[in-house]
Amino acid sequence: MVNHLPLAVKNGLRNRRRSLLTILSIAASLSLLGVLMAMYQAFYLSPGTEDQAFRLITRNRISLATPLPVSYRDQIKQVPGVREVMIFQWFGGVYKDTNFENFFARFAVEADKEFLMYPTYRIPDEQKRAFQNERTACVAGRPLADRYGWKLGDRITLMGDIYPVDLELTLRGIYDAPRDNENLFFHYLYLREAIPASMRDYVGTFIILAKDRDVVPRIAAAVDKMFVNSPAQTKTETERAFEMSFLSYLGNVKVFLLAVCGAVTFTLLLVTGNTMAMSVRERVREVGILKTLGFTPGGILGIVLTESVLLSVIGAFLGLGVSEGLCAFLRRSPTTFADLKMLHVPYSVIALSLLLAVFIGLASAAIPAWSASKRPIIDCLRFND
Amino acid sequence: MAIPLSYNLRNLSVRWTTTVMTAVGIGLTVTVMVSILGLVEGLHTSLAATGNPRHVLVMRKGSTSELTSTMTRQTFQDLRFTPGILRSPSGDPLASLEMVTVMVLESPDRPEGMNITLRGLLPVGFTLREQLKVVEGRKFLPGNREVIVGKSISDRYPKARIGRTLRFGRGEWTVVGVFDSGLSAANSEVFADLDQVSADFFRSDILSSVLARTADETAARTLVSRLSSDRRFSVLALTEREYYEQQTKSGDVVKILGFIVAAIMAVGSSFAAMNTMYAAVSRRAAEIGTLRVLGFTRGSILLSFFLESVFLSLLGGTFGCLLALPLNLVQAGIGNWVTFSEITFAFHVGPKTMAEGLAFAMLMGVVGGLLPARMAASKEIVIALRET
Repeated sequence: MVNHLPLAVKNGLRNRRRSLLTILSIAASLSLLGVLMAMYQAFYLSPGTEDQAFRLITRNRISLATPLPVSYRDQIKQVPGVREVMIFQWFGGVYKDTNFENFFARFAVEADKEFLMYPTYRIPDEQKRAFQNERTACVAGRPLADRYGWKLGDRITLMGDIYPVDLELTLRGIYDAPRDNENLFFHYLYLREAIPASMRDYVGTFIILAKDRDVVPRIAAAVDKMFVNSPAQTKTETERAFEMSFLSYLGNVKVFLLAVCGAVTFTLLLVTGNTMAMSVRERVREVGILKTLGFTPGGILGIVLTESVLLSVIGAFLGLGVSEGLCAFLRRSPTTFADLKMLHVPYSVIALSLLLAVFIGLASAAIPAWSASKRPIIDCLRFND
Repeated sequence: MAIPLSYNLRNLSVRWTTTVMTAVGIGLTVTVMVSILGLVEGLHTSLAATGNPRHVLVMRKGSTSELTSTMTRQTFQDLRFTPGILRSPSGDPLASLEMVTVMVLESPDRPEGMNITLRGLLPVGFTLREQLKVVEGRKFLPGNREVIVGKSISDRYPKARIGRTLRFGRGEWTVVGVFDSGLSAANSEVFADLDQVSADFFRSDILSSVLARTADETAARTLVSRLSSDRRFSVLALTEREYYEQQTKSGDVVKILGFIVAAIMAVGSSFAAMNTMYAAVSRRAAEIGTLRVLGFTRGSILLSFFLESVFLSLLGGTFGCLLALPLNLVQAGIGNWVTFSEITFAFHVGPKTMAEGLAFAMLMGVVGGLLPARMAASKEIVIALRET
C-alpha cells in the first residue's frame, strides 16, 4: 500500500474541496463516536478507583429519599470486617439561587471520620483540625472553591429544602482530590442541632469503610440481612454500584449510547462510500490511461483504497481531537457524576476509532475500487460521465 | 423565469445511488433528532395530562415534591374548609389527603428493582381523578390490604399483574385491579387505601399532601395565593399543572445530550450534502452553460440548485421520520429526579415532532446547498460550456 501513497496523496489533493469536506464530515461523526465510546467506557467498563473498592453505601431499601434510623450506625459498626461507619447526609438545599449553575453536592458528615473514609483527599493538617474543631465549619474541593472564588474564612449560606433550615457555614479547609472533588462537606452535628426534633433520629445514608476489599461483598450481605425484619430495610452496595444506580435514572443509557453509535457508524460508511464512488467515477478515463501504462488491476485497487483510508484516518485524528475537546466541555458541566468529571478519550477508544476509520476507508471504497479495476481499458477510455 | 422543478427531480433520480446514500445519511440524523423529540414530547404529554389546572396541590413549605412533603391530619382539617375549595353534593370539601412514598418492583430487565410511586388515598381522591377508569378487576376496598396498579405498571412489571401479591411496608398486598387514567403519569403509580398504607409505613399522622378542586383556573390561582400567604399553615400551594410541568425537567439531561448528538451528526450530514451538491454542479457544468444560453438567469440557476439540495434533504428527512415512527409503539421509563421514582411514558412521534424533524432536515439541505448553488450560478457561460 505504501507504494501507492504518492499517487493516492496526489489524487486526494486534486479535488481539495471534496477531500476537505469528506474529512470534515468523517471528523464530525467520529468526534461524536469518540465521546460516546468514552462515556460508555467510563460508565460500564471502568471498575472504579482503588480506594472506592473499600467503601460501601447503605441506604433505605425503598428509596434514597426515605431515611434510615440513625441508630443503625452503631449496629453496622459491629459487622465483622467493618473498619468505620460514617453518617453521610445529602443536604440538597440552595446556594445563592436555584439556577442549575449554582448546583453542587453538599453533604453533612462526621468531621472526625471524613478524611479517614476518603484517604485520597489531601488537606493541610491545620485546615483539617480547624474544620474538625468548629461546629459550623465546612471544607470544599479545590475546583469548587475556585469556581466561586472562596477563600478560607468565607461565609457560605445554604438554604434548606429537604430540611427546613438555613445553614451559615464558614470555609475552613480546601481539599485536593483526584476524583469527585466538587463537593462541600460540613458537620452533621451542626445540621442535627438546627433541624426539628422529629427529624433528628433519621439520616439518609451511611458510608462504610471496609478493613479489606475482599470482605466488601460479605459486609453488604451481612448488613442487609441484619435489618431484613426491621421497619426500615436497607440496601448496601459498593460506592461504585451506588454511583451507577443514578445512571439508570436517565433511562436506558446503554441502549441510547449503542443505538446512536450504530447510527453514526452507518452514516459514516454512507458518507465515505458516496465520496469514493463520486471520486472514482470522475476519473474512470484516467484509470484507463493508468492501465494502458501498465498498472495492474491490483495496483488500481490499491491506489483507490489507499486514498480512501488516508482520508478517513485523517478525519479520525481530527475527530478524536474534537472528542477530547467535547470531553473537556462535559467535564466542566455542572453535574454530580464523578465519571463525567473525569471524562477523557482513553487509549482504547483512540485505537478502536482508528481501526474503525481504516475499516470504513476500506469498506466504503471496496465497490467503486473493485469495479474500476475490473473495467476493460476500452470502456474506461470511452467512459463519459 | 424559474427552471422547472422536474429538472431537479430527474437529476436526483438519474444519479440515484448518490441521492439515496446522501438522503439516508441525512435521514439517520433526522431519526436521532426525532427520537429525542418524541421522547421529550411523550414525557411532556404524560406529565401535562396529569396536571388539572383546576386542581391545587398543597405541600409542606420548602418541599420540592409530594415525596418529601409532610402533611399532618390537623393541618388538613384546618385547611380543607378554606373558601374556594368546591364541595361535593353532600357538602364535604373536595379535598383529598394523600400519602406518597415509593416501593421497589423488580422486572425481568431490571432485576435490582425500580422505584415505583405508591399513593395512599381516600374515596374522595377517586372523585377528583374522574378520568381514571378501572379497566380490569375492581377498586381496592377501604380497610383491606389491596392495591390497584396503573396500566403501565401492569404492562411492564409481571409481578404486578392482577391477582399477584406485592410485598412492601409490613407485609403482603393483593393486586385487585388495573386502572387507566389516559396519558397521565398516574399510570406509573400504585394506589392503596390511605389508612392501611400510612399505618404500614408508621406515618398514620404524617401524610404527604392535599389535592383540592376549585371552580376554574382563576379560582385555583386565588386559592394558591390564599393558602401560600396564610401564616397558620406554612404550606406551599401550587396548581397541579405547575407541579407536573416542573417534573418534565427529568427529561432535560436526555434532551440536552440528544440535541448535542443530533447537532454534531447534522454537521457531518451537511458536509456530505455539500459534497454531493458540489459534485452535481461540476458534473453538470455544460448543462448549466446551456441553461444560461437558453436565457435562464443566474438567479434561477442559484434557486434551482438550492431547491435540489433542499429537496434531497427533505427526501432524507421523510425517510428519517418513517424510520422513527415505530417508536410510537415503545414504552419507556425514565427516572424522575423529583420523586426518585420511575415515570413510564410512551414515545410520541406525532405530526409536530415530524414537522420539526423535516425542518431540521431542511436546515441541513440549506446549509449544504447554498455554497454549491452559488458556485453554479457564478459560472461564466463560455467556460461552463467548455467544461466536461
